[in-house]
Amino acid sequence: MKNMENKSILKKITGSREVILLLIVAVLAIFIEIKSGGVFFQLDNLNGMFKNYAVDFVIAIGMMLVMLTGGIDISVGSTLALSGMCASLIFRDHQGLPIIAVFAIAVAVGLCCGLLIGTVISYGKVPPIIATMGCMNAFRGATYLVAHNEWVAAMDFTESYKNFAQKSYLGFGIVNNLLVIVIILYVIFYCILKWTPAGRKIYAVGSNAEAAAVSGINVRKVKTICYVILGGLTGLAGGMFTSLYASAQGNMGEGLEMDCIAACVVGGVSMTGGKGNIVGVFLGALVIAIIGKGLPLIGVSQFWQKAIKGVIILVFVILNVLVQRSVDKAALKRREI
Amino acid sequence: MAGKSGREIIAEQPFSWKHLLLRWESMLILLLVVVNIMNIAISDKYWSVTGLFRATNSFLNIAFMVLPMCFVLVLGDIDISVGSILAFSATMLGVTYNAGAPMIVAVLVALLTGTVCGCINGVIATQFTELNPMIITFGTQVVYRGLCEIILGDQSTGGLNNVMWFSNLYWGKFGGVVPYMFIVFVLCAIVFGIVQHKTTFGRRMYAIGANREAARYSGINVQGTRFVVYVITGLFAGVAAIFTAASMGSINNAVGKGTEMDAIGICVLGGILTDGGKGNFIGAMISVFLLGLLEYGLGLVNVSSNVMLVIKGALLVISVMIPNLKINVKKKKIA
Repeated sequence: MKNMENKSILKKITGSREVILLLIVAVLAIFIEIKSGGVFFQLDNLNGMFKNYAVDFVIAIGMMLVMLTGGIDISVGSTLALSGMCASLIFRDHQGLPIIAVFAIAVAVGLCCGLLIGTVISYGKVPPIIATMGCMNAFRGATYLVAHNEWVAAMDFTESYKNFAQKSYLGFGIVNNLLVIVIILYVIFYCILKWTPAGRKIYAVGSNAEAAAVSGINVRKVKTICYVILGGLTGLAGGMFTSLYASAQGNMGEGLEMDCIAACVVGGVSMTGGKGNIVGVFLGALVIAIIGKGLPLIGVSQFWQKAIKGVIILVFVILNVLVQRSVDKAALKRREI
Repeated sequence: MAGKSGREIIAEQPFSWKHLLLRWESMLILLLVVVNIMNIAISDKYWSVTGLFRATNSFLNIAFMVLPMCFVLVLGDIDISVGSILAFSATMLGVTYNAGAPMIVAVLVALLTGTVCGCINGVIATQFTELNPMIITFGTQVVYRGLCEIILGDQSTGGLNNVMWFSNLYWGKFGGVVPYMFIVFVLCAIVFGIVQHKTTFGRRMYAIGANREAARYSGINVQGTRFVVYVITGLFAGVAAIFTAASMGSINNAVGKGTEMDAIGICVLGGILTDGGKGNFIGAMISVFLLGLLEYGLGLVNVSSNVMLVIKGALLVISVMIPNLKINVKKKKIA
């Protein structure tokens, strides 16, 4: 009896997706560490990695919420550019603003973008891919328009704003400010998704929208809110992005949607909705960050990054299907016996 | 014509002027006329044979991707990788030519590249039917664009217009009047139109788009049909790549960015909705010229490309939304 119990625990551990992912992360990191001659695990490098990819970590949370409801958003790069640009422009003209106000503006713009997308998708019944493809281009155009094709340079920002992304006063001098934001957000959303009715509603809508509607959940509202949250997080990321790179350009965040969707897919978020959790997404984003930071270290040209990430998306999407198929098959077999 | 079950029964409708005028295509023609009047008002050189052909040449190279996109959308699928397939095919064309191969080989390589890319999309989409084609083609879109970046880096591959006949594909005119590209496009469009509306293959596509399961049970080879359509889509992205390469003369890794939105947007505005089994080819063709001439006209008055992006994006979303709202109104009326 005890033997069986042990076996099931062992099975549970090895069968758990997060453990496998953790192994992948470890193998990947060690491989890069060896190949790069011990550069990867240096504190500076790790700090730089989390700093540069904090934006991806933040947006991946929102992307997961949207994908849990069965949707997708490929407009995040443009939303980030628009919100970051608006905030930077206002900041340039009003240097006296506190940093928190700049972030608030960015979040507000992001929320508006998200609200627009969410309304169009859930109330206008536009397929998510079409709606966000349209918004991706519209927001990108709008970014260039509000900035009059110019960009906000480092000298237009105050020192304190530029330093925000480099210093670590929020993390008691140990952890970078941006990473602190990431950690706080992941903890908050872990709790929300796991223990609050709101979080469970999102899962309910994603796994079976009709059943959720019958049981009294306002499906449209939940979907809209997911897009709004994604918009807000993207706006926040827009503020982080401009602070980190100390400039705001019209083309910033191009291709970001790829990273975030890849993070979710690697983390086990199902494209059909209802499956996925925040730990997986964190590990997925970590994989993307390690690849992004590590490949240049071992001498892979930056031009290879896109193709590699694309292959990762495809492979993991297909793997998810294969795993699901074998799970279904096993369940069927068990029923036969 | 609501039956007892409340379900709409679509039978042969008697001809009536009211119906004809209320059709989506009539609306599009009306809009086309408005756009043309606007363009005439903007430029006095527009309303002539040369002027019109100059205008159509500005967008028809991308319109080659609209033809198969109609099929894809009728099936209820979507392919957002066409822009990247275009880029990859054009890259292969340029690289092959610059490696010393004759131009005709380079052109064939471009077509082959497009077809292979389409095959990959098709294989994944038909083998893993649980997956939404949206995520598959999103993934392949990234991969194909990534391959361009690997091959080209931040360089461009040029000198394509040194070959006279190749450059003439885009710039040349039959008898000095009609551009070759226009002729090729019209011929392709006729073939695609006939296939979509007059052949069993076309009817099968509509059946699959309307109800995939029902189509399968009635003996239609659903996955085979989808595969063929994906391959055709890849092939014609290759064709679009050839004309685009001929127009630009040199290729960089950003070529064709966002053209997938143009292609899908044109189809959707033409009444081919994304949920499959709806719309017809004529509408899509009218909307090719409608959107193309609109963009050309706006370009004439120096509307910036950024405003154009906003307009195009908004138009795409709105044109998908309108039919949904219309259906809602209809439902309310029946109730």
